[in-house]
Amino acid sequence: MLELRKDLFADERDDNLKEIGKGTQRQDMLGHVTGTSPYFDDHKLQGMLHLKVVRSAHSHARLRRIDTSEAERSQGVRRVIRASDVPRNLNTLLSLINFGKDDEPSLAVDKVRYKGEPIVAIVADSPREAFEAIAKVKIDYEVLPAVFDVEDALKPGAPVVNEVYPKNTFTYHETYDRQQLRFGDADRALATADHVLEQRYQMSPIEHAPTETNGSIAAPDTNGRYIVYTSTQALFFSVDTCAKILDVPSNTFHFIGGTVGGGFGGKVDTLTEPLCILGAMLTGRPVRYVFGREEEMQYGPPRGAERIYIKDGVMRDGRVVARKVRAYFDSGAYTRLSSYAAVKCAAHLPGPYTIPNVHGDVYCVFTNRTPATAMRGFGVTAMDFAIECQMDKLAHLVGMDPMEFRILNAYRDGDMKAHRREAKNTALIECVQVAAEKAKWPLREDFKRMSSRKDGGGARAAVTPTPRETQAPPTALSQQRTTYDRAPAATREPPPPPPPSSPPPSSPPPRPSAPSHGAIRFSSVFGTRRR
Amino acid sequence: MPVTVKTFTSSHDAAAALSSDRSARYLGGGTLVMRALNEGDISISTIVRASDHAMTRIDASGSRITLGAGVTFARILAERDLAFLHGPARSIGGPAVRNMGTVGGNLFAPVPYGDFTVAMLALDAMVSVQGGLGGREIPIDEFLQSRDRQTGTLVLAISFAKPGSTDAFRYRKIARIKPKGGAVITLAAHLPLNGGRIVGARVALGSMAPTPIRARAAERALEGRALDTSTISAAAAAAVEGTSPGDNALASAWYRREIVGVHLKRLLSGQE
Amino acid sequence: MAKTALQFLHNGRDVAIFVDGGTNLLVALRELIGDMTPKFGCGQGGCGTCSVLIDGELHLSCLTLAETVAGRSVETLDGIKNGPNLHPLQRAFADNFAAQCGYCTPGMLMAAKALLDRNPQPSRAEVVEAISGNICRCTGYEPIINAVLAAASGGRARA
Repeated sequence: MLELRKDLFADERDDNLKEIGKGTQRQDMLGHVTGTSPYFDDHKLQGMLHLKVVRSAHSHARLRRIDTSEAERSQGVRRVIRASDVPRNLNTLLSLINFGKDDEPSLAVDKVRYKGEPIVAIVADSPREAFEAIAKVKIDYEVLPAVFDVEDALKPGAPVVNEVYPKNTFTYHETYDRQQLRFGDADRALATADHVLEQRYQMSPIEHAPTETNGSIAAPDTNGRYIVYTSTQALFFSVDTCAKILDVPSNTFHFIGGTVGGGFGGKVDTLTEPLCILGAMLTGRPVRYVFGREEEMQYGPPRGAERIYIKDGVMRDGRVVARKVRAYFDSGAYTRLSSYAAVKCAAHLPGPYTIPNVHGDVYCVFTNRTPATAMRGFGVTAMDFAIECQMDKLAHLVGMDPMEFRILNAYRDGDMKAHRREAKNTALIECVQVAAEKAKWPLREDFKRMSSRKDGGGARAAVTPTPRETQAPPTALSQQRTTYDRAPAATREPPPPPPPSSPPPSSPPPRPSAPSHGAIRFSSVFGTRRR
Repeated sequence: MPVTVKTFTSSHDAAAALSSDRSARYLGGGTLVMRALNEGDISISTIVRASDHAMTRIDASGSRITLGAGVTFARILAERDLAFLHGPARSIGGPAVRNMGTVGGNLFAPVPYGDFTVAMLALDAMVSVQGGLGGREIPIDEFLQSRDRQTGTLVLAISFAKPGSTDAFRYRKIARIKPKGGAVITLAAHLPLNGGRIVGARVALGSMAPTPIRARAAERALEGRALDTSTISAAAAAAVEGTSPGDNALASAWYRREIVGVHLKRLLSGQE
Repeated sequence: MAKTALQFLHNGRDVAIFVDGGTNLLVALRELIGDMTPKFGCGQGGCGTCSVLIDGELHLSCLTLAETVAGRSVETLDGIKNGPNLHPLQRAFADNFAAQCGYCTPGMLMAAKALLDRNPQPSRAEVVEAISGNICRCTGYEPIINAVLAAASGGRARA
């Protein structure tokens, strides 16, 4: 046994760990207030060159010809980097965990799939000279029809955004065009519910807008290695991504980062490092590649847009008995992390509520928009926005107080969640009670007395059999007017069903037997796996 | 081509340099030209500057006010005689931008900027310019209509009659962020009263077209009338006429058209 | 490229550099002088993180043509400490947890200093106005406002 010699620094450590309620200073505060915290761009290197990229002027176009001859002769240009210079010019971020197919080049090869996609990189003595050379690159585009709407992208005959995924949807488990959640019999429960409410929700893409734009500086080091100063939020992820794209061992790089001028998820995509390092490799000089503000706002990846249709069945007494959701996550032109976002959408669509019949279809869709990425609860945020708006509308529909309505439907310890996991350590009821108290929101006595620890389980833990699905496309969901709508909205076409191309799952997943520890591992990405 | 900086002591020489070189831009406070260079605008390869003191002069003593093109918004805010312009000046940028941005540069600021120019348009200002062929005074409406072709001329100053009363000039900027933010729309009105009736009404709008424009239909609804509820309603209803707003990140064209009458009504009726 | 000689006071110290035509003050400070305290955030006048004082007045260094500061005094965050001791504003920012990612902090401190140099006892509204050109994307404005107010009253108490 290793003995921990706590006596050695006894006066320097406090094992009480009673930190809550006290202020604790950040370890980087002194650097911040003196302006000495080392952000990636705060490194002045001798003979540093500047890299800028030529970006696509079109959202979807074939590249007929790229002429860089004049740019190569432009004053101050040290190197023009073309797609053929990138050792492995196809990658997907989550390939590092073996999830998804390589679908995105560092520099576009035969076509561009979103406006602003990098095509050629210029390395020059100064930013000005790089900008001047960019203007001299001649690109002959054949503009292709573009698709910007997730539902349009799923219509038959829609333009194929990314040939790696010809149906414009990410492929899960090498088979499925969507994430599915099936629990109970939602259609039957909807047919017998007292009220049914169908609504459409959507959220726009959101830019992270970090004050420090994305960027990196790469410099040849001794022993053939490269020092890379980077704004990345995901340093080791970025090291491995660069090693893969540049086809060298990861110990070729010495990444220095960790001081990030605002990330919020927008600095996990390894946007600048591969080309920056390649520039240093090809010129033998330090190279800096930093996004300008317009680049950051226009072409930096945003939180992905989502469109969500919810159809809920509710009884007069306020119990939500069925929920049917169809959601579309807009990945943009490439996967990045959106495949995972759709998994999270599926995980969150029942909300923290016990609903005995849940049916969810979530699609990760490719469109000719800027690729989306991580941002603070991506995949969850829009779904929670939608389901909580829906809960307010349902409460209104049955004439219940919205707080009490949530308490009534909240999951309790022992309940079976739609993912076939028993609810444990639940606390929504208590959260709502405290929130109501703080907001001086009146709750009736019986709702004040309800508890997450009481009255759960039993019948609420039952799993209703899920019927086998036929090939018939699921019924389209639509928007229904509620008292929340201000004026009669223009009737919207219900979404068309996606092409019935992928086979439905053969049978609902069986209820897992009592977990024998270590035998079965569940991953939100890979699903249940046997070790 | 690298950027060349040419500095002149006389505005005449600066104007000559500006008009003889298509790639030349005049550097005032830097908030437009340096921004363009930072974003990689290679169409600018000459920067022209003038250290002519006349261009930073404020003459606010008489009934006609003259502001040198190089006068900053911070200097307007420091001038007691220009109290009626403190609202427009304060509505621009944060303190640093107000220490840098100039009255002359504001004439060229694209949507959603150029708020001060909206005030100047309502005050029927004259723009004094120096071109390759000599100096002249241009009414601000005319200047703005031909703004794209004015980059080769040097703005020296802007002048206008001081409003007769504090109530005669009104200004309102609608922004999503307070105290600082780009304009959703900007409104300014000059409503001189003569015997209780408005004579020479001018209403100017920002972000309702590519350049600040006059709301001529609203002006007609105000002209010769008392500023009462029915006049205000008629002017508000006419506010959107002749406008051509665009979409940007701050608001859609539709939204701008929807709110312009509402805010004109509030401006005219003195509501907050 | 033709270079222009430029001499000015950088945090009270005489400096002389050669700049390319069109170089902005931010690049001159960072790349030619090596003062990394002003940051690049937007290059457009939108974020304020490059704020410096020129002859005591708050300016955006990214929108300032470097050669316009010839013979003038430029003050950055690097110059506000008194030897090893933090400036009262720096101390107040630290004590009030007024920095998260830290990237806006240099500009916030310079904007706050510009305010307190002219108005040692500002109101809360005046503080808000003074930092209105500076964006904190981590949205920590309240601690920043509190820090400036604390520095103002602390400074008076000691004076």
